[in-house]
Amino acid sequence: MSFEYHQPTSVDEAVSLLQDHGDDAMALAGGSAFTLFMKLGLISPGHVVGLGNLEEMGGIHLEPNCLWIGALSTHAEIEKSPIVRDHHRTIADMFARVATVRLRNQATLGGNIAHADPAQDPPPTLIALDARAVIAGPNGYRRETPLDGFFTDYFSVALEPGELILGVRVPLVAADTRATYMKFLPRSADDYATVGVAAVARVDHDGLVASSRVVLGAVGPTPMRAKRVEQALLGQRVTPQLLAEAASLVRDEIDPIADARGSPDYKREMARVWTERALTTVTA
Amino acid sequence: MSLHDLNLIVNGVPSAVVVEADRLLIDVLRDDFGLTGTKEGCAIGVCGLCSVLVDRRLMSACLVLAVCVDGLTIETIEGLSEADGSLSPLQESFIRRGGFQCGICTPGQVIAATALLDEKPDATEAEIREWMTGNLCRCTGYEGILESIVAVTRPNRVT
Repeated sequence: MSFEYHQPTSVDEAVSLLQDHGDDAMALAGGSAFTLFMKLGLISPGHVVGLGNLEEMGGIHLEPNCLWIGALSTHAEIEKSPIVRDHHRTIADMFARVATVRLRNQATLGGNIAHADPAQDPPPTLIALDARAVIAGPNGYRRETPLDGFFTDYFSVALEPGELILGVRVPLVAADTRATYMKFLPRSADDYATVGVAAVARVDHDGLVASSRVVLGAVGPTPMRAKRVEQALLGQRVTPQLLAEAASLVRDEIDPIADARGSPDYKREMARVWTERALTTVTA
Repeated sequence: MSLHDLNLIVNGVPSAVVVEADRLLIDVLRDDFGLTGTKEGCAIGVCGLCSVLVDRRLMSACLVLAVCVDGLTIETIEGLSEADGSLSPLQESFIRRGGFQCGICTPGQVIAATALLDEKPDATEAEIREWMTGNLCRCTGYEGILESIVAVTRPNRVT
């Protein structure tokens, strides 16, 4: 492995470097996924753009109606942030359960999203909460895009050459909206989940489901949104039978592969079980 | 390959080193600084053998590019003892309570527990178990490791 390492001092400089070197360049945040892939021989960039501590990509703060989490925030910083804990407890709790303390001290939010490992915990949770990525491009260009749909395939996101994730905006939710992220870890606490389920729901005063979102991880090439489950819940009265029936629809909303964690059939069944549990939690 | 001048504070000593861009922190510590207490196990960030503190934060040295830690402080197992060679209370506790068997995971276990006690001096047994999840002991000497750490948490601290 042989590359030139660049340490830009501004986002615009980083974007220029990424643009100049095109497919031969990679951005580096915490570097945990980068180093793993480098060791496996899966990547061999000629230029690596170290993002270091670019101010525009950091910070965790409240904006009008949303929470800003800078791309360079580490998992540990997000998990411990009083602002995140106060306004999106589910996000803080989810980050607190990713891998190990060591990884959480190194891995960043932006790196996690750009890496797009479909078995990772943050993307399903962020999509379920309708988070949007803020992206920088050439010539000071900025755009904002929903994370729902941003993941295009295994380890692939809808970033153009020269684009960089600056951070995410997560809309604040009403007090009666409930969210959870659950993962099935039959082996060890720091393992990848066999299946992860993020669920968000609001039940109105009459006991009817006013809105919901269900997104699964580790059971397809990207985070998988279970829209048929959401549709089955909409406007319906919450009963154990409704939740069980809606959860059973998740089997056909995912595309798991066979691996050491189980067969596709097994994972579909575990997805059903954990979706039902997540729905029960957010509608209780 | 680009070369980079790094300024690090390694175990309290300001140090300069020139590294190629792809060098890993673990290799720089072991090969350039001669700090071989930090071991390499799985080399993919899972086993915890290479645990070090980067600006007091616990990390896997096998996953960190050296160029990313320019200007930061690094602490390894060699940096835990006092100038006169006396060991930290946690190190003494590992010895007294048999917190190791073959010993290869011990530097990582002690560094990880040092980071925990820095952050939560009164950590409960459950918090210790959770924190230490990522430091494997293939001799399965976990009970001794746990007892060694529990004994130096604040409510239990004895000399």
